[in-house]
Amino acid sequence: MPALLQLARVTIRFGGLTAVSELDLAVGDQDLFGLIGPNGAGKTTVFNLITGVYQPTSGEITFKGNSTAGLKPHQLARLGIARTFQNIRLFASMSVFDNVRTAVQLHRPHGIRDALWRGRGFRAGEAAVEKQVMELLDLFNLSRFREEDAKCLSYGDQRRLEIVRALATRPRLLLLDEPAAGMNPTEKADLSRLVRLVKEKFNIAVLLVEHDMQVVMGICERIAVLDYGVKIAEGTPSEVRTNPKVIEAYLGQETPKA
Amino acid sequence: MMRSPAGTKRWLLLAVLAAFAVSFFSAQFNRYYLGIAIDIGINIILAVSLNLINGHTGQFSLGHAGFMAVGAYTAASITLALSRHIAWGAAVPALFLVALLAGGAMAALVGLAVGAPSLRVRGDYLAIVTLGFGEIIRVIFQNMESVGAASGLKGIPAYTNLFWAFGLAAVTVYVVAGLVNSTYGRGFIAVHDDEVAASAMGVNPTRYKVTAFVTGAFFAGVAGGLYAHHKQFLSPTGFDFMKSIDIVVMVILGGMGRTAGVILAAIVLTILPELLRGFASYRMIIYSLLIIALMMTRPQGLFTLGRKTVAVK
Repeated sequence: MPALLQLARVTIRFGGLTAVSELDLAVGDQDLFGLIGPNGAGKTTVFNLITGVYQPTSGEITFKGNSTAGLKPHQLARLGIARTFQNIRLFASMSVFDNVRTAVQLHRPHGIRDALWRGRGFRAGEAAVEKQVMELLDLFNLSRFREEDAKCLSYGDQRRLEIVRALATRPRLLLLDEPAAGMNPTEKADLSRLVRLVKEKFNIAVLLVEHDMQVVMGICERIAVLDYGVKIAEGTPSEVRTNPKVIEAYLGQETPKA
Repeated sequence: MMRSPAGTKRWLLLAVLAAFAVSFFSAQFNRYYLGIAIDIGINIILAVSLNLINGHTGQFSLGHAGFMAVGAYTAASITLALSRHIAWGAAVPALFLVALLAGGAMAALVGLAVGAPSLRVRGDYLAIVTLGFGEIIRVIFQNMESVGAASGLKGIPAYTNLFWAFGLAAVTVYVVAGLVNSTYGRGFIAVHDDEVAASAMGVNPTRYKVTAFVTGAFFAGVAGGLYAHHKQFLSPTGFDFMKSIDIVVMVILGGMGRTAGVILAAIVLTILPELLRGFASYRMIIYSLLIIALMMTRPQGLFTLGRKTVAVK
């Protein structure tokens, strides 16, 4: 039984720079997996590889046992990979409701013909979409902002909305790119609860990129550490925490500086 | 724009019937005003269709006059060829409808051919690429002997009336608003707002962009056909990039992506140059100054009542 998401010796080069080198990673069906590393370690690049924004120079990525080579981001979203972004990327001119609605449409059969004809099937479909969106917004306490512009929400709410929007595509795997970035300690604690709720409620795998060690240690069951595009450690939070290579990558070597 | 989905079809029918009823009294109107009214209908079609591309989908196209030209020359050629030996009599509306649809279809085909490769580039680059394509189309007509080349195409029958202009304007508004105001249509806005995020949510940006481009081109072609049978004369210079800019100004002044505002802007910008005729040679200077003033005082568009986004209900 192969893992839900499998990276095998994945490498990507941009010109002379090897951003990710020979990365092996396996994320299982129910995993809460953390990918950590100092700034510029290549974490977001890994996300962009998994979601089809970049194609690997070499190596192979498989999702649900099938290679994802050559697939575009929207095709991977259809297969069940959803993500959030390091710098929030909500649809700024849309309401909170419409942001989620856009993601819900992925699994709706209605297209141009229905939108123009507006018959009974279309109306029933739109009503079903509304129900689905409101259920999600309710679950994450965002329904009172339904008609607000997404860009008017507070920072923490925007991050939450991004997660809701990603969940609306009904993913099997949710990628969270630095969800705690820019958050205060209270918001970070809320976030940890939220991620666990998502995992329980939706029964999906979560892959989390983060450079805030506290957050990752609190949430994840398994952690891989990336430094300069190379995986230097993998294991449970306590294993990773005591790994000398990890400490070195984060804090530097214990030798007197010149 | 806040109508229920079931109500919109009724509104369309009502608008078309109203256009039909009013056009019966065309003979009562001053010919000059009648001409301006038809211009308004044509400009509404042009502006609302371009708004789907530039406003809703956020792909800055400067080639709308080119698509209009394709539709104008196609429709005019068809009616000229078919009415040379046959007397159509009461069947003229059927002939005209076929000619208009053929003009729209041809423009849509050209739109597909132009859009598929050029939508790979974005922003300023797309604007320049579409500008180039628009000019190529114009130059082709300028050199086509069969449509009169540089001296223009003369003797086109005057089939366009208030019914056609406003009936088709209503259809255009219905189609564009109907496409956008649906769960499916959120994809256009998503591509406008953030292409990367849109594709991560399963929206295929290319498909939405091409759909917007082809639909927009189709209606520009229909507007071209109406224009040809309104002015009864086509000259390639009438479809230069200044014409495209005129339409873009309507979209921007109307508030990108706001259908009601764009309709209002099309009306205002058609009437304004006529009102200024008294200023003779200063006319275009005053017109330009007024546009600058409007843009500075209302950068969000003329008409911003109501939300751009619409809930399902």
